[in-house]
Amino acid sequence: MRLFISELIESIRIALEQLRAHKMRAGLTTLGVVIGIVAVTLMGVAINGINIGFQNSMNMLGSDIFYVEKQSWVGEDEWWQIKDRPDIKADYAEQLNTIFANTTDSTLALAVPSLQRGGNVKYEGNEVNRVWITGTTDKYVLTNTASYTEGRFFTEAEVNSSAMVCIIGFDVAKELFPGISPIGKKVRIRKATFEIIGVFARQGSFLGLFSFDNQAVVPITAMAKISSRHWGAEVRVKKQPWASMDEARDELTGAMRRVRGLMPGIEDDFAINETKSFEEELGPIKSGIAIAGIFITGLSLFVGAIGIMNITFVSVKERTREIGTRRALGARKRSILMQFLVEAVSVCMLGGVIGLCLTLAIKFGLAYVVPNFPLEMSPFLIFIAILVAMFTGVVSGFAPALTAARLDPATALRHE
Amino acid sequence: MANISKPRVETGRELIIEIASVFKIYDLGSTQVRALNGVDLNIYKNDYLAIMGPSGSGKSTLMNLLGCLDTPSTGRYFFKGHNVAEMDDDELAHIRNREIGFVFQSFNLLPRATALRNVELPLVYAGMSGHERTEKARQACERVGLADRSHHKPNELSGGQRQRVAIARALVNNPAIILADEPTGNLDTKTGEEIMALFENLYLQGHTIILVTHEEDIARHAHRLVRLRDGKIESDAMITK
Repeated sequence: MRLFISELIESIRIALEQLRAHKMRAGLTTLGVVIGIVAVTLMGVAINGINIGFQNSMNMLGSDIFYVEKQSWVGEDEWWQIKDRPDIKADYAEQLNTIFANTTDSTLALAVPSLQRGGNVKYEGNEVNRVWITGTTDKYVLTNTASYTEGRFFTEAEVNSSAMVCIIGFDVAKELFPGISPIGKKVRIRKATFEIIGVFARQGSFLGLFSFDNQAVVPITAMAKISSRHWGAEVRVKKQPWASMDEARDELTGAMRRVRGLMPGIEDDFAINETKSFEEELGPIKSGIAIAGIFITGLSLFVGAIGIMNITFVSVKERTREIGTRRALGARKRSILMQFLVEAVSVCMLGGVIGLCLTLAIKFGLAYVVPNFPLEMSPFLIFIAILVAMFTGVVSGFAPALTAARLDPATALRHE
Repeated sequence: MANISKPRVETGRELIIEIASVFKIYDLGSTQVRALNGVDLNIYKNDYLAIMGPSGSGKSTLMNLLGCLDTPSTGRYFFKGHNVAEMDDDELAHIRNREIGFVFQSFNLLPRATALRNVELPLVYAGMSGHERTEKARQACERVGLADRSHHKPNELSGGQRQRVAIARALVNNPAIILADEPTGNLDTKTGEEIMALFENLYLQGHTIILVTHEEDIARHAHRLVRLRDGKIESDAMITK
């Protein structure tokens, strides 16, 4: 064991000396491995980033919330099925709540209506365009994970009295009130004036498409004063914590059919959406990235491995007399085998480290150019990259190392 | 001319190498080459012998056998009572590491390692720990008069100094024999004499030295001369000075 460690340390030392002595050669040899490692880690970084970005986005929607809407998020309904469907109305929420209350052991906790449309928010000379305006009730907070940098949400009394109050998103607040508190300020949203009572903390964007920070929430009663037509209406339904999504979904479908007055045998004319449907869409995208990444990785590592095998053969040939000397001084066959294996592995590891650095650089570069593109490096990925590099080294170094170990010491000593 | 076919037998001194009826036959397809054609040779502790012979006499083959780099085709070869003929590769490596100190004509130093690290090399393959290794290597450097040059790399040393490093490397494991193959072949006469003085010194300290050479002048430094011809020992005699 001690002999093994002593020889291993010696091998690493020789390998590093060789790398230093042949910088150019080592650098060029590692190119294939570098590309391979960049491919494998970039792929991992992208998949990681997509997963994390996706999870964040899903958390914004809430994993225990159903969205009753006219059409499905993932477009499984055809347009001609949707066009004749009646709109979702805000008062469905109240009817649903009544049904839930009258059902024993209902799996559903509550329904909250919300109406959406776009509009500008103005404060003195400043204006933020295309703000996502939501009209809802005080129960909205129960279906939402958002916190506040300051202020509060509106109350039931404010909803009932159609109070002209609003809560604004983080970016809207930053834009209109740089450096000052927006609380108590009066802003104009479309045709009416609202008092700001709260500011949401930063939430980020949803799948990089839509920013939750660029929104304003007003009481649903006040919404009626600024808009008669809506871009969309939905009813958010929260399930009981103890119920499963599937049973809650079944109960909600039944309740909605009662609200809509659908006879048995007639198809649903509404859609019940949940975060799970997005997850099903995401799978093929991730496996597409993985297949492309593994293909590129495999190809470049194969080319890289052949390059390293070649250069290790050259190294064995050049150092035949050194091998003979070491054998004469007492190196066993396996000592020589290890020496050249360690050398090949070191070259690959160098490639791995260069590859990792490149990936990090690309990641930071991308984060700077396209901030919303989800990328995430993990320790697991670094571990995988090192492992892949090591494996490549062992595979490519084995044949030349074996040749070196099998040299006859007396012949090797006389090699010119 | 003392003995021609029988090995010199001495009593009272420890026998290190015992070679009897050794043949080394290379099979070159159609013909067989008898590089060693029945050699008998005994080497005792604190012998200082020179092996001479023209090229093709089997000198190199004998040196490979003595250095345990190769094994005989037939015959007996005992090294300190161990049967070398039956050793496997690892055992041969072990005996080379512990019992034989090699000195080569072209020094065979690692070009990128310091003198000290070159000297340490056999200890690495003996599995000695770093600190102990450095200490022993330093002592070996001192013994060949190179203490002040031990941190230089081979290309910063003269030929004589390089050969001293190689001799320190051969000494560092305190081997049973020192096997020197044309140790002065790459050196000028004056430096060669210095190296031979160093060998004489080691002999006086009790080391066993085998010198392989084709130069009469160099062979005269030894105390026993073995002449080889056509794979056989032609003569084996003490040198009277």
